[in-house]
Amino acid sequence: MRFDVLVEIRLRPGIADPQGATIERALPALGFDGFSHVGVGKAIRFNLDAADEMAARTSVDELCQRFLANPVIEEAEVSLSPGATTL
Amino acid sequence: MSGRVGVVVFPGSNCERDAAKALATLGAEPEVLWHADATVKGCDAVVVPGGFAHGDYLRPGAIARFSPVMSAVAAFADAGGPVLGICNGFQVLTEAGLLPGALQKNRGLKFLCTTVPVRVESVRSVLTSQVPRGTILALPINHFEGNYTCAPSTLRELQADDRIILRYVDNPNGSIDDIAGICSPGRNVVGLMPHPERASEPLLGSVDGVVLLASFLDAARGSSPPGDQLREREMPARLSTEAGTPSSRQAS
Repeated sequence: MRFDVLVEIRLRPGIADPQGATIERALPALGFDGFSHVGVGKAIRFNLDAADEMAARTSVDELCQRFLANPVIEEAEVSLSPGATTL
Repeated sequence: MSGRVGVVVFPGSNCERDAAKALATLGAEPEVLWHADATVKGCDAVVVPGGFAHGDYLRPGAIARFSPVMSAVAAFADAGGPVLGICNGFQVLTEAGLLPGALQKNRGLKFLCTTVPVRVESVRSVLTSQVPRGTILALPINHFEGNYTCAPSTLRELQADDRIILRYVDNPNGSIDDIAGICSPGRNVVGLMPHPERASEPLLGSVDGVVLLASFLDAARGSSPPGDQLREREMPARLSTEAGTPSSRQAS
């Protein structure tokens, strides 16, 4: 099976996010009011061929742990859906 | 021992020649270690220099840690060999798990390129064994991701074990506890964001990095073995005080 995978990397709670803070500070000056908790991270998309969703998830989780995220400062959220779009 | 110092070169490293030159001036024999070769070529010490290894893609050091040479560097470090990570090299060593914590974007989101005063906080490391505690050194920094961070438990461990070897006098980047450099539990693996090799000739504006590199070379030659044998030495008269050395006053 082929899966569409989206990995979102965000900073762990408590880790300073200077990019998010800078964007948040700029918003009122641009006329955008009411926005808070702005956080900046990364989105990584790819396709994965795996036997089933369980196998795909296990594999992506390990990839995140070892490579895509640095567990000292980051956490990863994985979204996985079957039926990949061809790029 | 001859003092053969391996200098690791990744695609995107850019301080390897500076590091090699500074060490050669002190009498070392620098040897280039290409990242794709899984060997430290029998060197007595290893420097992971600054730059942008593998373009800093994903995160600084994230891809470099998987380069074949890093398994050899890890084995060398495990055996007690002296390993020094400077700037991007520090980032690589944290990603490789040879040093704890991580380096994130500077507070203030500015790339910093300046010379700052840095205080030696412990002599118990291969980088600081010849520098009295409290010495202020003027050292260049040149980084965007130099903001050291770690879990609270890791910070307590670093503090309790006297493993914070260098602190910024005026924290430029937001590093937790003003940390500029740390060492491993064995005290033979050290990482720092400032560039001692860029403070190694009068022409460069400071020679304050020389004492650090000389300590490291001393460890490479085996006259100052790493690990628990490194003891706080008798304190000589201070080379400088909080008021700063002549070169640290040039810092601004």
